Amino acid sequence: MSNLTKRNEFYLALVILSLVLILTFTTDQFLTLGNLLELFTSYSFLGIMSAGMLLVLISGGIDLSFTATATISQYIMSTVIIEHGGNLFLAFLIGAVVGVGLGALNGLLIHFIKKHPLIITIATLNIYKGLLMYFTKGKWIYNFPLWFSKPHDIFIIENSEGYIFPISLSLFLFFIIFIVAAFILKYTKVGRKIYALGGNKEAARRMGFNIFGLTLFVYGFMGLLAGIGSVSHALIVQTVAPNAIIGKELDVIAAVVLGGASLQGGTGTVLGTFLGVALVAIISNAVILVGIPSYWYEILLGTIIVISVSITAYNNKKIMKREAEIDVA
Amino acid sequence: MENSPSYALQLKNINKHYGGVHALKKVDFDVKTGEIHCLVGENGSGKSTLIKIISGVENPDHGSEIFIKGKHYRALSPIKSVETGIQVIYQDLSLFPNLSVYENIAISEYSEHKYSLVNRKRMKEKAQEAMKKINVTLNPDKLVRELSIADKQVVAITRAIATDAEVIIMDEPTASLSKHEIDELLKLIISLQKKGFTIVFVSHKLDEIMSISQRVTVLRDGDKIGTFNADELDERKIEKLMTGREFDINKSEKKFITDKTVLEIRNLSKKKNYRDVSLKVNQGEILGITGLIGSGRTELALSIFGMNKPDSGEILLEDKSVVFKNNYEAIQAGVSYVPEDRLSEGLILPQPISTNIIVPILDKMVNKMGVFIKESVKSVVNTWVKDIGVKTKNPENPVKTLSGGNQQKVVLAKWLATHPKLLILDNPTVGVDIAAKNSIYNIIKELAKEKLAIILISDEVPEVYRNSDRILIMHKGRVKEEISPEEISEKELNERVIGGVVSV
Repeated sequence: MSNLTKRNEFYLALVILSLVLILTFTTDQFLTLGNLLELFTSYSFLGIMSAGMLLVLISGGIDLSFTATATISQYIMSTVIIEHGGNLFLAFLIGAVVGVGLGALNGLLIHFIKKHPLIITIATLNIYKGLLMYFTKGKWIYNFPLWFSKPHDIFIIENSEGYIFPISLSLFLFFIIFIVAAFILKYTKVGRKIYALGGNKEAARRMGFNIFGLTLFVYGFMGLLAGIGSVSHALIVQTVAPNAIIGKELDVIAAVVLGGASLQGGTGTVLGTFLGVALVAIISNAVILVGIPSYWYEILLGTIIVISVSITAYNNKKIMKREAEIDVA
Repeated sequence: MENSPSYALQLKNINKHYGGVHALKKVDFDVKTGEIHCLVGENGSGKSTLIKIISGVENPDHGSEIFIKGKHYRALSPIKSVETGIQVIYQDLSLFPNLSVYENIAISEYSEHKYSLVNRKRMKEKAQEAMKKINVTLNPDKLVRELSIADKQVVAITRAIATDAEVIIMDEPTASLSKHEIDELLKLIISLQKKGFTIVFVSHKLDEIMSISQRVTVLRDGDKIGTFNADELDERKIEKLMTGREFDINKSEKKFITDKTVLEIRNLSKKKNYRDVSLKVNQGEILGITGLIGSGRTELALSIFGMNKPDSGEILLEDKSVVFKNNYEAIQAGVSYVPEDRLSEGLILPQPISTNIIVPILDKMVNKMGVFIKESVKSVVNTWVKDIGVKTKNPENPVKTLSGGNQQKVVLAKWLATHPKLLILDNPTVGVDIAAKNSIYNIIKELAKEKLAIILISDEVPEVYRNSDRILIMHKGRVKEEISPEEISEKELNERVIGGVVSV
């Protein structure tokens, strides 16, 4: 138990639980399978990308450009399948390849320029965004082929009253990717080396770890998930627009940090990130269900972030203080 | 010289140039299998360069030769060095605070590319086995972040053992440890030797060197001064070999003390910090405060400086009772505190020396519009740089370009520029080499002559003994005794400081 209460996930789960209870008693739509499935489906693309962000933050880096990467992947993918046809596999493959390419480019620049990833990815965010506008002229895409616009449900849940609830491909992918990310972080040497890198970069270098390879891996993985998430997003909303995903990068970072990842690197878990995404999703849903203006979503989210980091800071201070105490005779 | 396998390590005719600097000049260095060999020298003497050559991080110039267990190498690489059984434990320990003890110990598993999955069971076994080998026990699942510095040290040593090290090189391992922890570490090192490991110990704390090593190699300015049997040496001799000079260690003469009391403390207490402390410091007096780490010295000093509010008791400055809400008020009232950790608390490293010096007196350096008066800044800076003897060509150079001793002088200059009545020095010579240490001691004595009241807090008994007019020993938050240095010897003082653990 004492171990449990030390964990950030425990408190996050408590907050989510109390929110769920409040919403269940104050609204009658919240705790329905239909609402929850819809909610998580609409957040699945951000969830997918947050798994990539988790690895980046653990390694001690940050990436602000992944939403631009995602949008470029969307445009290239859409253009190819609309003009040349194809199938769902091809769509995801294109998204993935473009994403990995742009992500790896970030990794390359970060490793060789040796400046903070924050400033480098702000730069690439601008470059990617500018190039996007140059080539697309800001045009929206919505004339997807029929095979792309039909529902892609993996399986269907039927309740006792005969209502059916589809589990979409996007939601399914969200869960699969979280399992994959958890596996990488926990059971592979690459995953453990990412933690080591974020914990003490100089020591990782002295240990002979391939820092360049690890950097390429985390930013490439971020790009990969941006690409996959972007195709997922296109499947859900059936339109591609230049500003649909760009601007959401801070939501993703907020969710991952709420989930316990540190901007200093070295810490963070997949479970925490999942809870962080869930919290963000539930707050946005609550604002809609309770029927208050949508800017309350931002106010609430901001407040929760302030409270959450204050608790962490308070705990750290308490530990420091305990260490400083003297056993007075 | 024979290339005998009874030598774990032999370096011959090692030369190393960095650009125009001749960092090592024809240095021979040999370490016998199973000995504890100390490598000593001042900052810039070539110790680090020599270690980098042994660990393969740097290659020596052409003509240098390296023998490990009798086998010849022209140069080493980091991997080759590890393969031959050499492990360097750096001063910062190179641990991963966010990973568990066993992952840290068995971290070399991650460098093997044969399998891409983690075998936690094998790693744990490997860690346990290494701990068992040197008789240490730590919870393998605990995060390294949660350990004390001494336990972190143990993890670093165990990691070296886990990689089948035969020669362990420790770079300044005691720098951040308390006296008690140092004793524990020295015991561990001696037990490693008994198990057949060879230890190269880099240190500048002379008493430690004397207490554990068999042989001592002294470097100065890239030259090898010699290798000596430890029993031929004493602290004075090593000091002389390292610096090439002799320093007089005259005790303080009490000749500047006036009868005007600057600071008086009456029954000051703070929960979990210190209790019932009373003391007095007069003008021109140097009051030494020593004791083990965790005795409440620094906490007391911070209370005088307005940064740690006491619960009860009274502080009188020049016979007036004062309560400082913050350190700004303390500085205004003439109290200065020079912190122990100059790197994080005392200096802005990338900024010029001049800027660092005027930081506490910024409001005196500006005109009515809040703009700097260049001439005042320049004259204040030049005065202090000259008076204190900061070795720099240009006070506009960043502080980080200075050596440790000169950095410490900048911290001193900065606080002296506030013209304090009371100067509190917290471990003023940590990480400073002998020559610079002595020049700091001279500065302190000069300041006493200029009628400052000085509190000198230090872990190092010799430092307090040689510089103070009176000495307080603190133990567990209380003043245990007051001693006049002429009443006892340095050795006795040392025993009384450590003895506190047993007698109370």
